[in-house]
Amino acid sequence: MAGALKGRAHKASGLSFLKAPLFFTFFFQAFAIPCARLLNNSWDGMNLFTGKDLVCLRGERIVFSGLDFGIDAGGVLVLVGPNGSGKSSLLRLMAGLLGPMSGTLQWNGEALTEDPEAHNGRLHYVGHLDAVKPVLSVAENLEFWSGLRAKAGEGDTGAAVLAALEAFGIGHLAAVPGRFLSAGQKRRVNLARILAAPAPLWLLDEPTTALDKRAVAGLERAIVKHRETGGMVVLSTHTDLKLDAFQALDLSDFAPKREGGWAA
Amino acid sequence: MGGVTRFMHIVKRDLHLAMRQGMDSLMVVMFFVLAVVLFPFGVGPEPNVLARIAAGVIWVAALLSSMLSLERLFQTDYEDGSLELLTLAPLSLEIVVLAKITTHWLTTGLPLIVAAPLLAVLLNMEPDGFGVMIAALALGTPTLSLIGAVGAALILGSRRGGVLLSLLILPLYIPVLIFGVSAVDAAIGGYEVNAQLLILGGFLLGALPLCPFAAAAGLRQAVE
Repeated sequence: MAGALKGRAHKASGLSFLKAPLFFTFFFQAFAIPCARLLNNSWDGMNLFTGKDLVCLRGERIVFSGLDFGIDAGGVLVLVGPNGSGKSSLLRLMAGLLGPMSGTLQWNGEALTEDPEAHNGRLHYVGHLDAVKPVLSVAENLEFWSGLRAKAGEGDTGAAVLAALEAFGIGHLAAVPGRFLSAGQKRRVNLARILAAPAPLWLLDEPTTALDKRAVAGLERAIVKHRETGGMVVLSTHTDLKLDAFQALDLSDFAPKREGGWAA
Repeated sequence: MGGVTRFMHIVKRDLHLAMRQGMDSLMVVMFFVLAVVLFPFGVGPEPNVLARIAAGVIWVAALLSSMLSLERLFQTDYEDGSLELLTLAPLSLEIVVLAKITTHWLTTGLPLIVAAPLLAVLLNMEPDGFGVMIAALALGTPTLSLIGAVGAALILGSRRGGVLLSLLILPLYIPVLIFGVSAVDAAIGGYEVNAQLLILGGFLLGALPLCPFAAAAGLRQAVE
């Protein structure tokens, strides 16, 4: 909702700049914006992340085509489908690591290609690799990544890093070099990374890999908290995560060579 | 946080990594020294002959040793997934690449420049050439790192990347080699060296904006 408020404030200041009558501003805030939202227009500042008619090509093979999705603030999109159905590819498309062969991805009505850096600033991506440097300690690893995203004035990221580590139960490993971590611990470090520097959109590619039950519960708690603040999550998983009110997107529905295989 | 702060943040982290891993930088200098030391054994210990070839030997050895560590410039980040996250960091990839090149030069180019005068003494080089050699290396080695980064980005994901890298990069190093050696020879012969140094500076100024773009394009391709 913070995004929505910002959108309105922007509108208001824009009009006062034009020296429009006050009632015009009032009209926009009280009437036009809610109406536009009812019509599901995205220009009013809703954190709406959408994809339209996406086609993904890997090598010379079409992985999926005609795929649409839309996520609102606080929404969770769970990608399901058999191996090779394009869950990871879709997440990489959403992250901007991969360009769609055709179709558009939009954030708040603006195409991602307009400003890729701004999109980078609002997303966290967790892929198959954990990006933990063996010679750096766990805390140093995280401090690098959160320092890279820190905004001006946020000098000290140490406290946020420690809190993030605690959330995944690895606070005691803060000083341990990355090379001594198990696969599950590395995954926890990677997940703690996304808590250490807040960003509205989480793209999680099979985040539960190598995690034990307690860590999975920690992830579920983190997702719930993230949603409370209006955050969005897109994740692919083969294990059952306990999530409320999520949308599921079955990628096998969009696989090619399956005429008539569309979900009715 | 501005672009410069983030740039420094990456340089600091990479220097930190280089210090912890330690060996890379040392190995490059050791290779440089050994490669140069081999020449007196090969061509014989005649002072005149050595003095004649000193500049060329030092430059060729510097070229090869600067290339030695290039393969790992992006490789480790590529393998552990850091490269994907760097691509997704809220700053342009070109700045990330420039930061990595800066670190590469600080950990390999700079030690080479420090070691070069000692090797020049070893090869009986005329003292007139020392200052110009250091100046030429100072202008030339950053260019080597910059050009090398393009190759390092292109070989990501290929097996035997090291050999491929030398095939890609060594031909592009030739101009730097020609003008680097010619500057030193001119200084020893008592000629003007401005032209050569200016051309080396020109290479650097040309490579500085162009190579990060090319390397970043290569990296985007690699993480796709």
